Amino acid sequence: MTDGPLAGPLVGIVLVSHSGPVAEAVAALATGLAGGATTAPVAAAGGTEDGGLGTSAELISAAAARVDRGAGVAILADIGSAVLTVKALIAEGDELPDGARLVDAPFVEGAVAAVVTASAGADLAAVESAAREAYDYRKV
Amino acid sequence: MLDADFFRRWLTAAAAAVDREAARLTELDSPIGDADHGSNLQRGFTAVAAALEKEAPTTPGAVLTLAGRQLISTVGGASGPLYGTLLRRTGKALGDDAEVDEASFAEALRTGVDAVAALGGAAPGDKTMLDALVPGVDALSTSFAAARDAAREGALATTPLLARKGRASYLGERSIGHQDPGATSSALLFEALAYTAVGTGGRAAGDD
Repeated sequence: MTDGPLAGPLVGIVLVSHSGPVAEAVAALATGLAGGATTAPVAAAGGTEDGGLGTSAELISAAAARVDRGAGVAILADIGSAVLTVKALIAEGDELPDGARLVDAPFVEGAVAAVVTASAGADLAAVESAAREAYDYRKV
Repeated sequence: MLDADFFRRWLTAAAAAVDREAARLTELDSPIGDADHGSNLQRGFTAVAAALEKEAPTTPGAVLTLAGRQLISTVGGASGPLYGTLLRRTGKALGDDAEVDEASFAEALRTGVDAVAALGGAAPGDKTMLDALVPGVDALSTSFAAARDAAREGALATTPLLARKGRASYLGERSIGHQDPGATSSALLFEALAYTAVGTGGRAAGDD
């Protein structure tokens, strides 16, 4: 972790779900819990472009471009095609901003950890590591 | 030798096959998946056919990479990035040559199949499209017809398997007894390939 906010731009967060409402709600939850004066840019990319269940490469690319401040973009995805589409887009090389990466994390808990950490001014590596650590929180 | 027109005709034939079989693919995807495989692929391959007509790429590599890009962006389910990766990686492996021989194509398609396995983290026997793609590409060094038959056999052989990847894997034992929709659509790609090879000279479908 870094010591307090950095002078540089904040890491952007993209939340990719099979469902538009799920992505939007998790974005609202994570942003709300981040509180604070500054909040990292968060964009939801859920469902297909016509509002159905599934994954849209176009929505993901647009969301990543929207939150990119030059400090990297952490992408969290839920299941199946959400994960595979993000991986395929990263492999394309030119579809996502430089420094965009898929973060291996649970979707809701990871999103909260990522947004809180990014809002504190942490760099991409710290955001990724905070989101991954959400896997270690056992509930029973 | 295979030129851009051969690959354009292959993908157009694949689009027609997917169109014709869409209802059956969705029916296969209903007991073990989310019942959208046929409609998803139909949307994707319709976009592929339209893009190929509009942009008219002039090399085999460009035809396949354009098609792959369309599948990734339009399918909406896991088969989009998987088939998209298959075609893009194959296209990239073919490079900028105006014509490719059959051995180079078989080698490039192998690169594409390997990329699909890496992306999905699956292996043959997991009840996925790889169960048709791998035997298909293995047999491609013999002939297009042999590849078609091997892919079809591979798809049929998924029925008794336990799904270990994707949505069907959540069903555990209940995934047994259903033919895998992804392997079935993969077999259609090889069927379209063998169909396209008829009359192009060299080893046509049914030879060997």
